[in-house]
Order: sequence, then structure tokens, then C-alpha cells
Amino acid sequence: MDEKRKTFYRTEFFHNFVRNPGAVIGLAIVLFFLITVIIGPMITPQNPYDIASLDLMDAYKPPVWMDGGDRSFVLGTDDQGRDILSAIVYGSRISLFIGIAVVVLSCAIGTFLGLVAGYFGGRLDGFLMRVVDIQLSFPAMLVALFIMAAFGRGLGKLIIALTLVGWVLYARTVRGSVLVERNREYVDAARLIGLSPFPIILRHVLPNILTPLIVIATIHVGTVILTEATLSYLGVGVPVTQPSLGLLVKNGYDVLFSGLWWSSVFPGMFIMLLVFGINLLGDFLRDELNPRLK
Amino acid sequence: MLTYLLKRVFQMFVVLFMVSVIVFCVMSFTGDPVLMIVPPTATDAQIAEARVALGLDRPLWDQYAVFLRNLLHGNLGVSYMFKRPALTLIVERMPATLELVFLSIVISLAIALPCGVFAGARPNNALSRAIMGGSLLGISLPSFWVGILLIFYFAVEKGFLPSSGRGTTGTLFGIPFAFLTWDGFKHIILPAFTLALGTLAMLIRLIRAQIMEVMRQDFIRFARAKGVTWRSLLFSHALKNALVPVVTVFGLQVGSLIAFATVTETIFAWPGMGKLLVDSINTSDRPVIVAYLMIVAAMFVAINFIVDIVYTMIDPRVDLR
Repeated sequence: MDEKRKTFYRTEFFHNFVRNPGAVIGLAIVLFFLITVIIGPMITPQNPYDIASLDLMDAYKPPVWMDGGDRSFVLGTDDQGRDILSAIVYGSRISLFIGIAVVVLSCAIGTFLGLVAGYFGGRLDGFLMRVVDIQLSFPAMLVALFIMAAFGRGLGKLIIALTLVGWVLYARTVRGSVLVERNREYVDAARLIGLSPFPIILRHVLPNILTPLIVIATIHVGTVILTEATLSYLGVGVPVTQPSLGLLVKNGYDVLFSGLWWSSVFPGMFIMLLVFGINLLGDFLRDELNPRLK
Repeated sequence: MLTYLLKRVFQMFVVLFMVSVIVFCVMSFTGDPVLMIVPPTATDAQIAEARVALGLDRPLWDQYAVFLRNLLHGNLGVSYMFKRPALTLIVERMPATLELVFLSIVISLAIALPCGVFAGARPNNALSRAIMGGSLLGISLPSFWVGILLIFYFAVEKGFLPSSGRGTTGTLFGIPFAFLTWDGFKHIILPAFTLALGTLAMLIRLIRAQIMEVMRQDFIRFARAKGVTWRSLLFSHALKNALVPVVTVFGLQVGSLIAFATVTETIFAWPGMGKLLVDSINTSDRPVIVAYLMIVAAMFVAINFIVDIVYTMIDPRVDLR
């Protein structure tokens, strides 16, 4: 174990990572969010969705550095006396959960279909790639909007809708890589010793095509969080009882014209920060793991 | 070329047919439109009567056949809310959306072309790094939030740009457009910029990557050796060759601008077809949703077709199979 860790510190990957400020900042932002999301509910001043802890006397409080700010509500409160910072911590939790759940599901489904299509080829391959082509010619946001419009808002439905639009990217990339790997000697060798297709695909081909998947999955988390926020903003995403960051912005917008800017500006700022961190990390991984750029 | 064109046109119709089947099925399995039409006090007998009158008691494939026949006659149903043909509602609002999308394209190209070419030609320059950082931030921004910030700053705080609506419109060929009057122009600036931001940031990154790729190639070195000026080298030699993939992505971006116009129009209360879609979703106005999807799908298919044709024209290496 110790031996292994030492060698990781010496790899070129690690060397390039610590010398790339963007990548370090990106990782720091992502870690910050992960820690916030895990321990956040234990340290927030209030549970913003426990009606009993809300007090209308606290409503319309500006952030702490403005006149009339209150030390217990650092980023101010909304029109119902809800602490914005606590709402952001709980909202980040929902946004990040949806982002990770959708990426895991789309990656699993898309990779599996891409592996099968690429390895076996034939009619199934033709059909799957047609579906992928057609779906990619329509903007993901619009397809997801249509699905949500038909099925109504809900956390589970949102995850299903975003997975339905998300799997195609993985399927296409994986299929392309498998077409190359399929004709390599190690696959022939595995076939010769009598392994059946599925062990070959999962144990031999899959580990060799993981690199592009890591890059796509990283950037995809950011895209999903943005799409989810947009759908929730339009009122077809998460339910009112489980507000993600996007829904918080929408709720804040409804009171923007009465001067309550902080309740929509801060949640949006956190969406931007989270997605920016993920994209910084994704950019680094793409440049680092792409052999063509070296 | 002709066979290729015919093949593509045929494919377009296949795709549109599939879209119509999917849209029809999904919409049929969710919610009961009869309950949207009858008054809340209707008795069970009246509901059943309305169901028969609307043809909703017939088998699904029969309903689809009726739907398809009406679709081919340009009849997409009557809106529950407005009591007017859904198609008319959408066509009326189309110019507003298209002018918004068009202005966004102009804004994003005007900024992305020079920025992208510069960042690609001088990748290690401090300004290039700033451009790239900015574009990464640009693709990380939720567009609705940017719209809110712009409204808060320019409309609420400074009060010199309006926050909603389309203002006075002028007419061109009998179609009302906002950008023809000063008032309308003031109304369109903020939504168009909000809509342009994502595309703008993405195009900068794409153009930069393409320019960097092209600058490494031999013909650039030859052109340099020949004594071509730096400006001409960048804009006529490098950019021309870098644009091929940009055109494809750009075509997809036009589609995505139309999709994202739903968000921008909702924020700025811009009376386009995107806002109509979101309003119709919130009021479960099914005929309008279906009509919107069919029209937009037709637009996307047409855009993809045009992109493919343009692609073959600007790059003679593309094989038509």
C-alpha cells in the first residue's frame, strides 16, 4: 500500500496535476462541495425545510455585511425567514446527488450498450447508432423538458429523464473505442483460450477503454447539474419540497423586484462555482489523458 | 449528388414520422385531456359524451391515424387555453423567437471569432489565457441566472433597460420585429446577450482548438515561408480551414439556441414560442405542446440537412457515399 502511494506521487500525472493551478483549484472546489454536502446538514444554523425552525420575524434579512444584517444569517434570509446559506447547503446536496446519480446510470447503461454494439456489430449496432444519431440531433435540454412535461416533476422522474438523454454520449464513445480494441491481439488471445464474449468484453476490453469515459463522465456531471438547474428553474424539475440550487434561484427571482437580490444571486453563484470546478478538473483530465496532445 | 439529396430528404421524413409517433404515444399515456376541457361541474355522463365527441374512446392506433392525417393537413389541434388553433399561436410567436436567436448568433460570432482565433494563434499569451478562463466560466454559468443578474443590474438598479416584454415593434414584409425600433432594440439587448453567452463561450473554445490544430500543419509553414502577412495567414489560410468542424457544431448550436430560448424568453417575458411552450406545460395545454414539438423537430431536421449540404460545399474532401 505504502509502496503504491509513493509511486503515485512520482507519476507524470501527479507531477502535471500539482503544477496546473486550474486543476488544483478545480479539485479543491469539488472537494469543498463534497465535504459541505456530507457534513453540511450537521453544521448549518437551521434546517430550512423544518417549518418549526422558521420564524417570519427573520424574513427579509440582508447578508451580514449589509445594514440590518444578522450574524446568524450570513447570506441573509428569504421572504419566509429561511436562512439562505442553509438552503444552499441542502440545495447543493440535491443538485450533486442528481448529478452523480444521472452520470452513474447513464455511464452504466451507455457503456454497456456501446460495448455490446461495438463488439457484436450487426443489426443491433445499426439500430442503436441510429437511435443515438437521431437523439443527438435534438438538444438534450429540449428532450428532457419534453419528458418532464409529460411525466410531471419529481426527483426520480428527473433522474430518469436526464439519464434518457445522457446515455447516448457514452454509447457512441464506447462503441468507437471497442471497434478499435476488438481487433487487437489480446482480444484474439482471450478468444483463443476459449473465453466467452461477456467475460472478454467486461474483463479485457472495458479496462482498456476507460480513459475517455473518465473525461466524459467528469464533464457530464457539470452538464447534468446545469440542465437540472434549468429544468427546475422552469418549474418542471425537482418538486417544491426538495429544492435544488436551480429551484432556489427561481424562488429568489419571484421576490427579486422587492429588492431581495441575495436569495437568487447566491444560489446561482454556487451553481456556477460547482460547475466551474468540475469543468476545470474535466479540462485537465482531457488534456492529460488524451495521448494525441502529448 | 441528387441521389444523396433524395436519400437525405427521405431520412428527414422517417425521423419526423418517428418523432410524431413518440410525441403522440408519450402524450397519450399521460393525463386525461377530457378533464382539461369539460367544466369542473360536469357529470360522468357528460365526460363520457365529451370523450366520444373528441374521438378519445377509439383505439390508440386509430387516434394516431387521425392525428397524422390532421398533421399532414396542418391541423395541430385547438389550444385549451386560448381556444385558437395551436399552429396559429406558434406561427404568430415565431418571428419573436427567431429574431432573438438571430441576434444571439450575430453577437456570439462577432465576439467568438476574433477571441477564438487570437487564443488559438497565441496560446501562451496572457490575454489568451484570460479568454480561455472566461470561456470556461461562460460554459459553467446557468443562463437563467445571468439573465436575473442582468435584470437586477440594468433594470432594477440602473433602470435604463427594460426587464420584460418586446416593446414597440416595427414591421418588415408584414412581420413585426422588435429590432426595427429603438424601444424594441432596448428590449432585445438583454435577452439576446443572455442567450448568446453559452454559445459564445463554446464557440471560442472550439475555434481556438481548431486554429491550434491547423497552425501545426505544413501548409501554414509554407505560407509563412512564402511571406504571407500574419493577418492574412490567420484569417484567410488558417481560419478557412479551421471552420469546417465549426460549421457542423454551429448548426447544432442554432438548434440548441432555439431550445434555450424557452429559458431566456421565460425570464424576460419575451413573447416568443419558447415562452408559449413553458406556459403551455404549466397549464397542461397539450395541443400547443405537441404542435411546438412537431414544428421545432421539423426545424431541427431542416437545420441538420442544411448543415450537411453546407459541409459538403465547404469541404470538397467530404465523401457523399
